[in-house]
Amino acid sequence: MEFTFDNNIPIYIQLLDYMKIYLISGVFKCGDKLPSVREFAVTFKVNPNTMQKALAELESMKLIYTERTNGKYVTKDEKVIEKLKDEYAITLAKSYFQGMKRIGLGKADSIKYLEGIKE
Amino acid sequence: MKLLEIKHLNKSFGKKEILKDVNLSLTGGKIIGLLGKNGAGKTTLIKIINDLLTPTSGEVLVKGKKVGIESKKVISYLPERTYLNKQMKVSEVIEYFKDFYDDFDADKAKKLLNDLDLDINEHLTKMSKGMQEKVQLVLVMSRAADLYILDEPLGGVDPATRDYILDTILSNFNEGASVIISTHLISDIERILDEVVFIDNGKIILHSDSDELRKKENASIDDIFRRMFKC
Repeated sequence: MEFTFDNNIPIYIQLLDYMKIYLISGVFKCGDKLPSVREFAVTFKVNPNTMQKALAELESMKLIYTERTNGKYVTKDEKVIEKLKDEYAITLAKSYFQGMKRIGLGKADSIKYLEGIKE
Repeated sequence: MKLLEIKHLNKSFGKKEILKDVNLSLTGGKIIGLLGKNGAGKTTLIKIINDLLTPTSGEVLVKGKKVGIESKKVISYLPERTYLNKQMKVSEVIEYFKDFYDDFDADKAKKLLNDLDLDINEHLTKMSKGMQEKVQLVLVMSRAADLYILDEPLGGVDPATRDYILDTILSNFNEGASVIISTHLISDIERILDEVVFIDNGKIILHSDSDELRKKENASIDDIFRRMFKC
């Protein structure tokens, strides 16, 4: 997968976003050991310091934790990940409705459009 | 200890002041972009750090010591223009670097050259300008230095290779080492920079963490630069 970054937004915030998706979608599951900062930096093709900053942010959000000398792990608390998924879904839904509002469509109409889309 | 410390540095050529009271201090483990327009003083500053020019006044310390023979051992420098003897084959240049620098890793250089599809049995004269630049960059990044100083490393290379070069820089600088990259091709490199230093008219006008700056100004480093230096 190629990762693209928008230079207008702090890189660590974009890394945070990629990481959240990894956690929500189960690429890394509860209790999994995470790759090292260096390995992540190589995958995302970013500066290791920037990667470190994103991981520190995930840690302060209690999504991951550090085991002394052993590396970083995904939280064992499934509820935390569920909550993250919920919040992320709400953000996506809100931005959809905002977009529809801009072209003059209300909530009811917007939902109709959603239902009309075939996957 | 600071990796690099510059205190009240001035440099004049005759009556022309090129650098005016430059103060800068850098720690290890960072990638720093030295950004400025043509003629801002980037190359002069870099040459002083490499002890190729003497300051008119002020001080430059590398790992706490004045620049000189010792600092040359720990700085790996990519100049703007090539200084290699073009009659040589790439393999001969590798031998040459091995003789010169204790910290040069010939195997690493050969591997990187191979990744870039460069033939080590080729003479430099037979190579295009862009290919020669790649060879030079590979040599510089194959040293295990404390400070890498790259003066316009992307100038002559195509955009596809630029990405490879950035990755090469990212994955090959030592842990704890720092990289200073001077360039005006900001949008190509800004994603890998920890810190940016803006230099204009011989003065440092901004030194900031790059993500903090993006957050504060809500814009890319490239945009901020263009706004500040609008002609």
